[in-house]
Amino acid sequence: MSVTVYVPGDAAALALGADSVAAAITAEAAKRGIDIRLVRNGSRGMLWLEPLVEVATPRGRIAYGPVAASDVRSLFAAGCLSGGAHPLHLGATDEMPWLKRQQRLACRRIGVVDPRSLDDYLAHGGGAGLSLARGMTPAGIVRQVTDSGLRGRGGAAFPTGVKWRTVLDTPAPLKYIVCNADEGDSGTFSDRLLMEGDPFQLLEGMAIAGLAVGATMGYLYVRSEYPHANAALNAALDGARDWLGDFKIEVRKGAGSYVCGEETALLESLEGRRGIVRAKPPLPAISGLFGQPTAINNVITFGSVPDILARGASHYHELGCGRSRGTLPFQLAGNIKYGGLVEVPFGLTLRELLYDFGGGSRSGRPLRAVQVGGPLGAYLPESQFDTPLDYEAFAAIGAGLGHGGIVAFDDSVDMAKQARYAMKFCAIESCGKCTPCRIGSTRGVEVIDRIRAGHGGQIELLEDLCETMVLGSACAMGSMTPIPVMSALRHFAGDFR
Amino acid sequence: MENLGTVLRIVAAKQTLPGALLPILHEIQDELGYIPPESVPLIAKELNLSRAEVHGVITYYHHFRQTPPGRHVVRVCCAEACQAVGGEALAEHARARLEGSDLTLEPAYCLGLCAIGPALQIDETRLHARVTPENFDALMDALEADQ
Repeated sequence: MSVTVYVPGDAAALALGADSVAAAITAEAAKRGIDIRLVRNGSRGMLWLEPLVEVATPRGRIAYGPVAASDVRSLFAAGCLSGGAHPLHLGATDEMPWLKRQQRLACRRIGVVDPRSLDDYLAHGGGAGLSLARGMTPAGIVRQVTDSGLRGRGGAAFPTGVKWRTVLDTPAPLKYIVCNADEGDSGTFSDRLLMEGDPFQLLEGMAIAGLAVGATMGYLYVRSEYPHANAALNAALDGARDWLGDFKIEVRKGAGSYVCGEETALLESLEGRRGIVRAKPPLPAISGLFGQPTAINNVITFGSVPDILARGASHYHELGCGRSRGTLPFQLAGNIKYGGLVEVPFGLTLRELLYDFGGGSRSGRPLRAVQVGGPLGAYLPESQFDTPLDYEAFAAIGAGLGHGGIVAFDDSVDMAKQARYAMKFCAIESCGKCTPCRIGSTRGVEVIDRIRAGHGGQIELLEDLCETMVLGSACAMGSMTPIPVMSALRHFAGDFR
Repeated sequence: MENLGTVLRIVAAKQTLPGALLPILHEIQDELGYIPPESVPLIAKELNLSRAEVHGVITYYHHFRQTPPGRHVVRVCCAEACQAVGGEALAEHARARLEGSDLTLEPAYCLGLCAIGPALQIDETRLHARVTPENFDALMDALEADQ
C-alpha cells in the first residue's frame, strides 16, 4: 500500500525550496523501492516551518519541518513514512499547539486537502453549502448571510448580507459576482493561502453568492504578483465547471496597481480601463460591472460563506465579540519569530497574537511598532498592544484591522522613515484622480524629508497636509495614507526630530 | 513585422471578451516580453478605442512594459513587511549588484511572502525567501552564468 506524503506547493513553501524537497522525496522513495503518493497541498500557515512535510500514518498526519532536500535521506532512514523519530519530527500536525489554539473556519481545509482535487474537497465537507443553497430561495440565502453577522473581510468591514440584499433587490437583466483577489496590502497573504490551498471553497462561495443575488457570471480578479494563485484557480476551475452548473467564473489577472484593490477601480480595470476610482454613489451593488448590479467581495468573505450555510448562521454568529462576529484570519508578518496564518474569533488582544502566537521578534530585539491593516493602517506602539482585535475597538484608537495583516518591527525601526514610505507609496500608487492624493503624497515626502533634516517647524505643515488628504480624497488611498503618517508622528514623535 | 502578426493573432482571439484590453495586453507581454509601441494603433483600431486610451492603460499599470526586458527580470519586494527584516538594504545591494547587468531589476510591492521576507521573484514564477545580500549574489551569479 502506498504512503501519502504531503509537500506544500504553496508559493511560500516554494520560495523556501519545496520543489527540491519534493523531488528528493520522490527520488529517495524510488531508490528504496517504496511506493508513495505525493500530494502538493497548500500551506498549513506555519510559515517558519516551511517546507513542512507531512506523512499520513494510521495515527494521523505526522509533520516534519522545516525540511531541506538534504534532510530527505536521513528522514527516510529514520522511518519518516511511519512517523519515525527525527530531529525535524514535530508530532501530529493537528496536535501542534500553534494550530490547535486557532479556530479555523474559512481556512480550515488549507494545507489539509489536495487543492487540485474536487473529490478531495467534497470528501472534506466541501460543497455542503452550495447543495443547501440550491434548495433555498435567494432571500433565504441572503438572510443566512445577514444573520451570521459576516462583514467584508477585504478591510472595509461592510455587512455582506446588506450588500447582497441590495444587489438582489435591484432589478436588472444581468448581474455579476466579482471576487476582489487583489491582495496588495503588505503583511497580508490569507487570500493567497486560500486561493492556492483551498480554491474550491472560494469558487463555492462565489456560486452561492450568484444564487443569492441572481447572477450567473463571476469574475475573479487576481493580482499579477500572484502567479501561483492564478494557476491554482484556473486548475480548480477546469475541474469544477460541471459542479458549478450554470454559474460561470472567469479568472482575470491584475497588472500591478495597488489602487485596483479598491472596488470601483477594480471594476474599471475589469472593464479594460485604467484603474481609476469611480465616484460613489452609485454603489456597485446598484450599478457596478458594465453598469449592472454587482456583488463584489473579498476572497475570505466568499470563502466564509459555504460554512455559514452548511453549519447555519448562528454557529458563525456565536463567535467573536461586539459587532465583530465570527473569525478573522490574521497574518503575522514582518519581524516576527513565528509568522503565518492565525484564524481566531475576534476579541484576542494584539499582544496575545504577537507574543503567544508570534513569539516576539525574529531578530530577538524588543518589538517597537506594529502596523495593522496594510500600508494604510496605523502604527501602534507597545502601549496599545492590549487593544482587543475587533473592528470597533481598533476604530476607537484611530486604527483599523483592515484585512488582518500585522507587520511587526523591532526597535531598530526609524518611524519617520516609515512615515515617509507611507507617503512615497501613495505617490507611486495614487490613481491620480484626486489632487490631495496625487500631489499631496509627493509634497508629503518632501515635508517629511525636511523634518528629518531638522526643520521641526514643518510638523504643523505635515499635519495640515494630512488633514487635506483625509478630507479631499475620494477613496481610501488618499484619505487613509495619513493614518500611518499621523500615528507614527503621534506615538513616535522622537523619531521626527 | 513579426511582432505585429503576433499582436493581431492575440487581438483576434480575445477581442470579443468583455473588457478585453487587459487580457490582450497580458498575452502580448507574456509572448513578446513587452508591448511594442507600434502595436498600440493596431490594438486601438481593433477594439474601437483611441490610441490615447490604449496608451493610457499600458502606462498606468506597473506590470506592463514598453521596452524589452533584460534576459531575466528580478523583482525585489520593497514593502513594509520586507522592510522590517532588511528589505531596504537588500534592495540597495541589488541595485549596486545589477548596475550594468543584462538582468532587469524592478521593485515589487508585496509578493505575499510577508512572514519570510525579504522576498524575491525571478521571471514571475521563481520565488526566494529570507534573501540576504550573500545569497542574492549567488542567485544572480547563477542567472548570469545561465546563457
